[in-house]
Amino acid sequence: MSPVIEVASTLCLYILGVAMCLTFYRLWRGPSPQDRTIALDLFSTLVVGLLTIHAIQTDEHVYLTAAIAIAIISFIGTVAIALYIHRRGRR
Amino acid sequence: MIDIISAFLMIAGCLAMLTSAIGIVRMPDLFTRMHAASKVGTVGVSCVVLAAATHFAELTVVAPVLLTIVFFFATAPVAAHMVGRAAYGTGVRMWEGTVIDEWKQRPENPPFEPPET
Repeated sequence: MSPVIEVASTLCLYILGVAMCLTFYRLWRGPSPQDRTIALDLFSTLVVGLLTIHAIQTDEHVYLTAAIAIAIISFIGTVAIALYIHRRGRR
Repeated sequence: MIDIISAFLMIAGCLAMLTSAIGIVRMPDLFTRMHAASKVGTVGVSCVVLAAATHFAELTVVAPVLLTIVFFFATAPVAAHMVGRAAYGTGVRMWEGTVIDEWKQRPENPPFEPPET
């Protein structure tokens, strides 16, 4: 692995760590359940990016398959939570 | 050269995702937060997986990468629309500076209610 990729992937892992902390702040504070839902959705997107960068860093492309699986599961989960909130109605 | 392109795409995607995380913290309203989370997050993750495609440069990697990009571009608007409709239907308050609410402005539209089920 070249040093350019090594430095860049380490930097990207730090950036994504900061982004995950910010998203977790919204997940913790979020005034409405919908805020928490979009925070979870963004969190799973960040996990997909994290797995992809880990795949680049370790030269193992198996992690990309796990990233796709996490993307599909998070989409289904977001839609399910949104439908549940919608059908529960006004509080 | 390939390494530089891959590193550039990776850092650009990560900065886009950091932007979307900052947006989800700093935006004043649920709908604007959703805006930041869905659009910029999609662009960021697309750049990162394109970096993986340029780094590996095999067919067994490029095919899942294209699948991931198509999947994100297809599902992120759907999920954002579902969450936004649920938020509008359950009466989440908008920001005071909101300029336009097209559903409320048309007189033939009934007040938005969640379905009966």
